[in-house]
Amino acid sequence: MILVGSDLDSSRGHDHTPGPSLWPVGFAVGVVVMLVGFVVSWAIVAVGIFVTVFFAFLWLRELIHGRALAGEPPAVQPEQRPPRAAAVPRPARTDLVHDRYPRNVFLEASTLGLGAVIGGLVTLPVLGFMIGPAFLKQGVKLSDLGPITDFPEGQFLITTFTSNAQEGTVSRRTAFVRNNGFLGTQPSFTVISNHCAHLGCPVEPNGVPLYKETKRFRDVTMIPVLPSGFGCPCHGGQYDTEGNRIAGPPVRGLDRYAFSIINGHLMVGKPFSIAYVVGTGANAQIHATRLSFPGEHVSGIESWLYPIQPPH
Amino acid sequence: MAKKTTTQERILYPVDWLEERSGLVGGIRYFLFRNVPADVNWFQTLGSATLTAFLVQASTGVVLAMYYQPGPTTAYPSIQHITNDIWGGWLVRGMHKWGASVFIILMFLHMGRVFLFGAYKYPRELNWIIGVLLLALGLAEGFTGYLLPWDQTSYWATTVGINLNGTAPFLGPFIAQFLQGGTYINADTISRFYAIHMLLLPAAIGGLIALHLYLVIRLGVTSPPWSKEAAGTGPLPPHSSNGSGPSSGTEPRQPVERAASG
Repeated sequence: MILVGSDLDSSRGHDHTPGPSLWPVGFAVGVVVMLVGFVVSWAIVAVGIFVTVFFAFLWLRELIHGRALAGEPPAVQPEQRPPRAAAVPRPARTDLVHDRYPRNVFLEASTLGLGAVIGGLVTLPVLGFMIGPAFLKQGVKLSDLGPITDFPEGQFLITTFTSNAQEGTVSRRTAFVRNNGFLGTQPSFTVISNHCAHLGCPVEPNGVPLYKETKRFRDVTMIPVLPSGFGCPCHGGQYDTEGNRIAGPPVRGLDRYAFSIINGHLMVGKPFSIAYVVGTGANAQIHATRLSFPGEHVSGIESWLYPIQPPH
Repeated sequence: MAKKTTTQERILYPVDWLEERSGLVGGIRYFLFRNVPADVNWFQTLGSATLTAFLVQASTGVVLAMYYQPGPTTAYPSIQHITNDIWGGWLVRGMHKWGASVFIILMFLHMGRVFLFGAYKYPRELNWIIGVLLLALGLAEGFTGYLLPWDQTSYWATTVGINLNGTAPFLGPFIAQFLQGGTYINADTISRFYAIHMLLLPAAIGGLIALHLYLVIRLGVTSPPWSKEAAGTGPLPPHSSNGSGPSSGTEPRQPVERAASG
């Protein structure tokens, strides 16, 4: 039996009758688990049956043999003597085992315990609902940017597209897309995200966009530009045309999007982060890493500060 | 013969009725009419001013919530509607917008007063800690509220703010992703910020203010650091406010209750 409050002061619960048996409580818990299991899964039913049988056995054994604590309450003599002086310590009582677990302690503990269980049952799902959706099902759908013939070789297009049709305008993203011609037999594209690697502001091409030559494909707009690089209006980060950082506060190069070509259409998918890029155009060697938040180092000793990335 | 009821008793009957059944009147008197050091300073009203600023934010915020519609397509139009169309909307929104700055400034001024008066010392350390938590929650109110107009300034300021959180070592990326409710700012971000701004944080701030005030009442108000009275080296000012009314200045000094300060 659990011993709670075994060091109670001696004024507590002396001549009470023994507390009720705890085994029926366990038995009831087992039945509840079993019933919950019928709704949830058979494994929980098995656990519930085990708990039920276990406590039923203990309960039966106690009923048959009689509890050590059970029986008539001891006859209590009314106090006759004058109260003893407080200074005289009372001798420790070792004869009454049930003193060690009086009923009121059981009631206190079970009230607090049940309160905690109920509070937990209410709070945990709510907390999960608050935190979980931010981290689960974060997959990225492919976005169709239109036929690759829309992308003239060697020219950047400021391409704005809706990355999630359900979410609408709030999911509009901008990428700088350049057709690099062919690498062997495979078409090559550079798809640079406009999220500054400093703190996420939208970087702009350092060049005059040719608005009059804007192309459209469904809700995708493509504005041609011949930039000397990219710059961020917020805090002055500067990048070259491959997205490498060349000046200012950013800690790494610009992110890129993975792309694929399906039925002659350019599709962009998951973004990923870049430590740096060596070379240019189709021959560029991209040192890519998992997608990281702006401002996070992805290479060098500082990247040890970000050992775990949330699921993107 | 029944006792004759005076007019005053008739007028005060509701108060007496309430007091007899609740003790509220006595509680309010205990809360409002406390002994303070005789030489308290005007700077010691900054805490009450901060509380007033919070109450202004709370009351204007509740009414703004009746017209504001969080959501990526509705937030900005509803703000325009509040400002331009609804009667009095420009005023209440202005009170909330500018009151936010007033609240933050007053928190810092109050904090400076407490620091310079040494009022954070024993036995008031816990109240300093609660105050710092209140400051952090107040700044979080400013951060979450800034997104709600959903214009270019607020969107990009929030982007930068979230990504700043993301640069914190180890847990930073998780905090950032929790704040925006996904990998990017999305359709849920604004309602998330709205719920944090008008439910979660105000409730926490209200609870901490209650604790803050409880400790102020329990521990009393400090004397200014230059107080001769607290140092026991000077005469009382002619109008001692230790609850005994105006004194002539020649009476023996009364110990000022709850004025033991560092």
